[in-house]
Amino acid sequence: MKDNAVSSNRAIQQTLATYGGLIAAILVLLGFFGVFAKNFLTTTTLLTMANSIPDITVVAVGMTLVLIAGGIDLSVGSVLALSACCLGWLMVDLKLPLWLASLGAIALGACCGGLNGWISSAFRIPAFIVTLGMLEIARGSAYWITDSNTKYVGSSLGWFSDPIAPLGVSASFLIAAAVVLAGQWLLHQTVLGRTAVAIGTNAESVRMAGIRTTAPMVTLYAICGGLCGLAGMMQSSRLSTVDPNSGVGMELSAIAACVIGGTSLRGGQGSVVRTFFGVLVISILQTGLAQLGATDPIKRIVTGGVIILSVLLDSLRKQSAIR
Amino acid sequence: MLKLDALTKDFATRAVDQVSLEFAPGQVHALLGANGAGKSTLCKMIAGLILPSQGSMLLEGNKYSPNSKRQAQRAGVQIVQQELNVLATLTLAENLFLSNLPNRWGILSRRTMHRRACEILSDFGLGDLDPHATASNLGVGQQQLLEIAANTWQPTQVLILDEPTAALSTRESQRLFEKIHFWKHQGVAILYISHRLAEVQALADRISILRDGKLQGTWSRGELHECDIVAKMTNPSKSIAPKSSTLPESPAKSSRQALRVEQLWLSPKVQNVSFSLRAGEILGVAGLVGSGRTELLRAIFGADRASGGSLQVADKPACKPFRNPNEAVRAGLVMISEDRKADGLLLTESIAANIQLPMLDRSGLGRFALAQGGRARRLAETYCRDLAIRCDSTDQSVGTLSGGNQQKVVLAKWLERDGTVFLMDEPTRGIDVAARELVYEVIRNLAKAGKGILVVSSDLEELIGLCDSIGVMSNGRWTASFSGPNYEPQAILEAMFAGYSAP
Repeated sequence: MKDNAVSSNRAIQQTLATYGGLIAAILVLLGFFGVFAKNFLTTTTLLTMANSIPDITVVAVGMTLVLIAGGIDLSVGSVLALSACCLGWLMVDLKLPLWLASLGAIALGACCGGLNGWISSAFRIPAFIVTLGMLEIARGSAYWITDSNTKYVGSSLGWFSDPIAPLGVSASFLIAAAVVLAGQWLLHQTVLGRTAVAIGTNAESVRMAGIRTTAPMVTLYAICGGLCGLAGMMQSSRLSTVDPNSGVGMELSAIAACVIGGTSLRGGQGSVVRTFFGVLVISILQTGLAQLGATDPIKRIVTGGVIILSVLLDSLRKQSAIR
Repeated sequence: MLKLDALTKDFATRAVDQVSLEFAPGQVHALLGANGAGKSTLCKMIAGLILPSQGSMLLEGNKYSPNSKRQAQRAGVQIVQQELNVLATLTLAENLFLSNLPNRWGILSRRTMHRRACEILSDFGLGDLDPHATASNLGVGQQQLLEIAANTWQPTQVLILDEPTAALSTRESQRLFEKIHFWKHQGVAILYISHRLAEVQALADRISILRDGKLQGTWSRGELHECDIVAKMTNPSKSIAPKSSTLPESPAKSSRQALRVEQLWLSPKVQNVSFSLRAGEILGVAGLVGSGRTELLRAIFGADRASGGSLQVADKPACKPFRNPNEAVRAGLVMISEDRKADGLLLTESIAANIQLPMLDRSGLGRFALAQGGRARRLAETYCRDLAIRCDSTDQSVGTLSGGNQQKVVLAKWLERDGTVFLMDEPTRGIDVAARELVYEVIRNLAKAGKGILVVSSDLEELIGLCDSIGVMSNGRWTASFSGPNYEPQAILEAMFAGYSAP
């Protein structure tokens, strides 16, 4: 009994150490905007916020996995747009059923990601460069297959982002939450996840242990790409259109969310759940500032400051933990 | 069991030259040679890490030509390398099973993993560690044992151990020797590399000696004395000149103070340590691995921030412990760290660049680097000659040198920088007899020049032979001081264990 109490106590302490700072930051932000923006702490605002984050959440989950393995994926926004455009083409031009078209879009995203992973890992080319190339390729392809036009896909996707009656949140949000949990589980409970952490910590040591690194890297990047496809679906359903311009700059928001959540850009360290908290921080900040009447430039300046501040605090915390 | 036939490897020079050898099951076969003799290269070929240029191998009568470590592992050939490959972000259990994580459909079987990890860890005397804890807090010796464990829990036919005891304390080494006897009885062919000749004499059934990539011969246990072995390892035609010294012979011990440490704390590894070091004195720090020796040096040097205490360098006023190495260097301290690859050297840079590195803030070498490139190279050439650094040119990158030669570059780098106090952590770790003598010579010359020298070593005999006095760290405390030249090893050993039994 006593043992149990001690271990559960330790579990609580560990949870606090892992998530406490971020949760505190979120509460502070909520409190701040609750006091200064009149309509902030209302069900409508909070639900609107929840229903606007699923796409960035799933992309950030994919990005976290890639970053932890020591990689980076700059092509997420473009791959999102390409998958969405492919979805539109499959649904509108080929008149495929929704489930098949969705599957096709996600598979295309996964292929783009897999290609990123394969080229960067098998030929040892920095992922930064490979995915920068993919950023251009996917964006160009998206313009090509849509003739640079936004395409209306109708309301058949609408159920995806419409609030579910008693809950108020959309199916997208629930899916995104499930993706976060699945991502965290993958990271901690699967061979792939642990291998990702190992590769991110020291790829050479992993190679020396006689482990192949290409297959897991391809899988991780493919998961990231597939999640971009899913995010593309979520975005299209919200807007009822597919837009080759969507997702521009999303790689930076996703990386920002990861970094606020404490994921190291050098690999080896990070957590999917903490990335989700990072998404929440950014989204609360954006919504709250908008309600305070801040202009877009101000929003960007404040968000940038928060990114640097959060990493600074995290690094100070780690240093004091060592001492 | 494993037969090598005229195995050859060419890099810039020929590293291994037509070596033919046979390893029998259930035997410990020691491979000896000075650093750069080709032992590591030979082992890497057997383990599939590099491909031979010529020659072939037979494993149990079948052709054996692995082109990756994975293939070698499948054939039952395992290697534990000198470099530590423990991943700090993973748990001990995950490190143990990394190459083959227990799983079902890709999902970890944590319970199985935990159970088996407990068995394996206690088998290696690490039973008090939690397999679920991350490996970030392990000492070097524990990391080495963990790595040996990680490479031996699978069925093995041929096991290569490259300097396994270099980082181990006496007790940890004993545990390893027990395991080696166990593997022998299991019929494993063990290829054992070590510079500790007493250890080799006790363990090895057969001894092969390499020199300059060529096999000098193979002998059975007891056929060679230690002096014979050293003689066969060193090339008679090449004499290794000690650093030509024009330093005046000053009495080894002066009354001038070089460094005074008062009540230094770096919890929990350094607790209330005080001692003083005179100019021209070589002070050895003995202790078991994990006793806080390395942490003591790091705290003095500011590499880790001490939580309390004071330092006094030469006759300057006492001050707080240094906050970073830069402050320490400016005060005249020099540190030669234990892990030369991580802290000591820029492996991809040239020998010349490494030697001039600490002086970038001095003498304008940095600001006018291009103009003085010639001077830096001449400097490097002088050291290469004085310290017998074996290299093709001073432009060669340090990563391509053997361990002993790398260590000499580290020494050269700090000799050039100069200082009043030299802190050396395991200065002879993993280097051969000849290089070791040279390092001793350098240390003695520094002492003659009036420097204060603090040497940490796991090799007690080394300290006894080298030091004017010896202090003992045990469980974070400075438990005893001895002064030479007539030491009682027994008393020092007792002091090394003293801190662990006392409450």
